[in-house]
Amino acid sequence: MADDLERPGEDVESQDPAAHLPAPSVWPFGFAFGVALVLVALVISSLLIVAIGAVIALVFGFLWIRAATREVRGAPPPEPEPEVVEEEEEAEHDGPPRLSRSLFLEGATIGVGAAIGGIVTLPAVGFMVLPAFLDQEYEKVDLGPLENYPADQWVVAKFRGTRKQPDGVARRTAYIRYNGQQEGTPSFTILSNRCVHLGCPVQPAGLTEEQAKEVETDGGPVEIFKTAPSNFTCPCHGGAYDTEGNRTAGPPVRALDRYKYSIRAGRLQLDEPYSVGKVKGTGGNAEIKAYDLVDPGQHVDGPEQFFYPYVP
Amino acid sequence: MPRTKSKRQQQIEAVALYPVDWLEERSGLVGGLKYFLFRKVPAETNWFHTLGSATLTAFIVQAVTGVILAMYYKPSAELNPETGVPIAYESIVSITNDLTLGWLVRGMHRWGASVFIILLFLHMGRVFLFGAYKYPRELNWLVGAVLLLMAMGEGLTGYLLPWDQTSYWATVVAININANAPIAGPFLGDFLRGGQEIGAETLTRFYSLHMLVIPGGLAALIALHLYLVIRLGITPPPWSQTAGGYDAQPNGGQPTRSGLVTPGPRGNGNGRPEDGA
Repeated sequence: MADDLERPGEDVESQDPAAHLPAPSVWPFGFAFGVALVLVALVISSLLIVAIGAVIALVFGFLWIRAATREVRGAPPPEPEPEVVEEEEEAEHDGPPRLSRSLFLEGATIGVGAAIGGIVTLPAVGFMVLPAFLDQEYEKVDLGPLENYPADQWVVAKFRGTRKQPDGVARRTAYIRYNGQQEGTPSFTILSNRCVHLGCPVQPAGLTEEQAKEVETDGGPVEIFKTAPSNFTCPCHGGAYDTEGNRTAGPPVRALDRYKYSIRAGRLQLDEPYSVGKVKGTGGNAEIKAYDLVDPGQHVDGPEQFFYPYVP
Repeated sequence: MPRTKSKRQQQIEAVALYPVDWLEERSGLVGGLKYFLFRKVPAETNWFHTLGSATLTAFIVQAVTGVILAMYYKPSAELNPETGVPIAYESIVSITNDLTLGWLVRGMHRWGASVFIILLFLHMGRVFLFGAYKYPRELNWLVGAVLLLMAMGEGLTGYLLPWDQTSYWATVVAININANAPIAGPFLGDFLRGGQEIGAETLTRFYSLHMLVIPGGLAALIALHLYLVIRLGITPPPWSQTAGGYDAQPNGGQPTRSGLVTPGPRGNGNGRPEDGA
């Protein structure tokens, strides 16, 4: 027992020289890299990188198999045989030189076991991970006729944001203000209620109608409450925003997310949300720095965008 | 005084020992258990050394109550069409208010979770202050650190399961914090949510993580943790002679501790008599 606990500083290295030989081949590493590249590329939906990864995996896999079966195929060994084999050959009586049977079986067992494990594990892991990343789109939501949105009046709109989820968790809220006609088309300011600090629902600081106006749509009823916010505040950590969504206090790192919108047959349609760095001006004249939607807490502009979070 | 056993006593003993011997001959388990129970520990162990087994007990309580709760809990975010309440929340309400002793078992699981985490930290503090993480036990410290992370993962995933406002928004915040981690953050956020928004899949995958994935890993790592404890022995407290690098009374009791300036002689540190060298 005691000798198992070697102390640092004691010379224990010379006992097993075979343990310090270099790995027999680099091909498995290249093969693994190729497979990993394919998986990563599937996540980021880049067919080009999938192809590159597949080529790397195939080439290295082929070279690996070639190197591993070199002895079996009778090709000349690329380098002197490791000592282990020599010892075993010494132990054998004088006969025709042969690859030791036990070594072959050892390799075959490990190789076949790894292959079976991979065949079973990879699809399962893919099923665990990939559905969360693929086919993720925001659905378009019908918010009813334009008459429900009086000019320069904030409303709280509660609607079903997706048909794929049960009603409770499918509910979304947006704060909508009709800014009147802007160069011939209706202009809306539509703020997401998701706080850009950590995702709690921001609330309008101002009186809100108690009785909702229900508007029937294909996606279910939309509830519309008139409100008169002086600003928006978040109950969780005290983030505050002005009525254009710019941060005025607390921990949020950017302005409130907004929704794109379109007008279809006199009805307001909510399109996908996007993130906002800063808003200059107000209402229909607002100048919005728009970015792809990112998670709460993440900077979209300034030097912080490279560090929060750091993604190479 | 030599005791003589009556014939009857001997017969009873033989009957009692027969199954034990049968088991030992075929498995060696009895010897293993004896080794575990009667192994030598340092003379100066004290109550602080019980924190590890207290943590293990808390884990076992969580496992048992959790398995039973899983017989009644329904991890579904769908609304019950009759009441309009999510099924997961309804099942929690039913466990707490309707089912016999449900309040007790859920309470044990809910409060026991905090006890588990608190004991983990106390145990970790004991190991740190006693220097029990030092050679040759560094690996066991690392295993313990992973156990701590997994236990906190249990806390995160279990908190969502009641599916009420508190758990929902706490999980929104927790996932968004995870999504801000460097490098893997945004992917981690999507993975935990099961998509870009929290929804029914989040609840089911948290349930799976909470009751299958993480507990399995915890149990396996606890086994490794205990194996290393038994293999390496228990650390004496820092004030003990053994921990200071002496066997008892090496030179007539004179303190020769060299402390920080020069390294003292290395004791075996685990109180095993056969550890001479």
